[in-house]
Amino acid sequence: MSHDKLRHYQGVLSAIHTLEYPYTRSVGTVIGTFLAGLRDGRIIGIRDARGGVLVPPSEFDPQTAETLSEMTDVGDSGVVTTWSWVEEPREKHPLQKPFAWALIRLDGATSAMLHAVDAGSEARMKTGMRVKAKWRAGRKGMITDIECFEPEARESAQ
Amino acid sequence: MRELPAPIKMVTIPTRLDFTITPGEAPARFLKGMMEGRILAERCPACGKVYMPPRGSCATCAVPTREQVELSSKGTVTTFCVVNLPFYGQAVEIPYVCASVVLDGADLPFFCLLAECPVENVRMGMRVEAVWCDPAERKPSLENIKYLRPTGEPDAPYESFKEHL
Amino acid sequence: MREVAVVSFAQAKPVRRDIVHNEVEILMPVVAEAVASSGLARDRIGFTVSGSCDYLAGIPFSFVMALDGVGAWPPIEESHVEMDGAWALAEAFTRLQHGDIDSALVFGFGKSSVGELPEVLTLQLDPYLVAPLWPDSISVAALQARAMIDAGLCSERQMAEVAVRSRRDAKANPFAQLAGDFDAASLLKEPCISSPLRRHDCAPISDGASAIVLAAGDVARALCEKTGRTPAWIRGLDHRVDAQNLGVRDLTTCPSARIAAQKAGVGTAAVDVAEIYAPFTHQEILLRRELGLSASTKINPSGGVLAGNPMMAAGLIRIGEAASWIHRGDARRALAHATSGPCLQQNLVCVLEGE
Repeated sequence: MSHDKLRHYQGVLSAIHTLEYPYTRSVGTVIGTFLAGLRDGRIIGIRDARGGVLVPPSEFDPQTAETLSEMTDVGDSGVVTTWSWVEEPREKHPLQKPFAWALIRLDGATSAMLHAVDAGSEARMKTGMRVKAKWRAGRKGMITDIECFEPEARESAQ
Repeated sequence: MRELPAPIKMVTIPTRLDFTITPGEAPARFLKGMMEGRILAERCPACGKVYMPPRGSCATCAVPTREQVELSSKGTVTTFCVVNLPFYGQAVEIPYVCASVVLDGADLPFFCLLAECPVENVRMGMRVEAVWCDPAERKPSLENIKYLRPTGEPDAPYESFKEHL
Repeated sequence: MREVAVVSFAQAKPVRRDIVHNEVEILMPVVAEAVASSGLARDRIGFTVSGSCDYLAGIPFSFVMALDGVGAWPPIEESHVEMDGAWALAEAFTRLQHGDIDSALVFGFGKSSVGELPEVLTLQLDPYLVAPLWPDSISVAALQARAMIDAGLCSERQMAEVAVRSRRDAKANPFAQLAGDFDAASLLKEPCISSPLRRHDCAPISDGASAIVLAAGDVARALCEKTGRTPAWIRGLDHRVDAQNLGVRDLTTCPSARIAAQKAGVGTAAVDVAEIYAPFTHQEILLRRELGLSASTKINPSGGVLAGNPMMAAGLIRIGEAASWIHRGDARRALAHATSGPCLQQNLVCVLEGE
């Protein structure tokens, strides 16, 4: 522990203790395919036991636990199923201006994925609104290859 | 249907959390003593055992240990090991000795470095004393004791430290 | 099933940030009190199990240091769960079913103030595809609140009223961290942290600890005879978990809580008092429904975790608080609930009855 970081907090000895690790993980075929898809600007889900499509994909069906394997592309736009506006983002948040977290059900998927929506203002956010992925230039195969989602230019009736 | 891409095999995701920690009442007393060049142990009111470094509680009686006992810098080597293995981040040149030393008056040993002694001369029962860092460099840390070195006194008899092994 | 009762309970008053004491120093007097108040000598306790979380402390094996304060000599039979102490109690209850020991000490502790709790809890989420975005725990909870509002299951006004009632009831709780009279209309004027959640909708950050002694059959009866308590018998105990992935769940429901309540036998008779672990106001509204609680059940007379949320101890405190009503003879049947994970992913339900 670096003693440079020792200080007194209200007269009591204290230290900043930073835990930081690179965490290199093997991801397996299913997540590996999803990440490779992101790198290529595609979103790839997996067919579940009821014929729906899970995005992000999982190796096993969440209800029956059976192994899943049939992966298929879905669109990169979809519908917000729920959301939360963050006026003051935290340092670790994906956007450093006011934004919304949202669960987004992409076209062709039957489950929703969590990401950020850069809507500009809370007034723009509505459950049911359509959003489209903003792809990052220089993608690596990470969930952050999608920089965020943005309201789709063509507004729905919602 | 489009052909699927070859799966990516590994992903590196750096993860960082920051914590602001405070030592707690008993460790703080000990660390303050370290700043003053003093070794402050604590005695259990129930069984009388003296703990160094103190934790604020007696591990056998489950009661707070508030009574401060100042110990001298002298003690006895109970057991030790000679480190020959190089590893990343090693602060001391190999070979070096880590020892489990019971300071005079304490009831349990603590780990420390031994130095100023050829490695082959270190033995159980060897009498040692703490070598402190320069007072100007003191920190609230047990590291103020740089290492322990032989005092030259006759070795302590086995009976005097065998229960600490 | 072997009869097991909560025979004693103790807690530290939760505080926002205890900079003076470390976890062991907070825990020690609580364990000492629970053991002394049980009437059982410490060396007669058959099994010890703790609940705590390394992620809160920022230290691996952090639970080991707690044993300094428990007196693990002569060597004790001991276990640990990286969960709230309520799950440690579930383990102790199961252990006691073997029949070879008659008592157990259960404790939970944690200093949530040491790290940045909403970010620490991010690490509960999928490490590959969700956690790298660092959605904090308040934002995640807010997604469920929005879903409930959209479905017409609650309103921000009703959520504020849960906060007002909880902190008002907490005035009678000497162990409340946050208590007082608030006005819903004024609270609703405050800005959101993550919409629709405002500060009042969230449990506070707390450092604390709690402990319970369990005893079986006649040992429990004899101990309670001496301490003048009605034994709080555990008549039902169940815990379930929902899917990890938020996007496959219907966030307006909580199947794991519903099933745990059914299996614990909540609905078989009237529940006088329920202590439920709802760190966000909308969650109390959801849990009331999913646990099958009627309007006549007194909910969170302690103020619940909205009055103090020492993580890893708070679920065990719900069990202790519910048991205390039975100990005093003020309730015949009580329910305690604990939760863990994002959006009430994991739920434990404990039904307690007096003799």
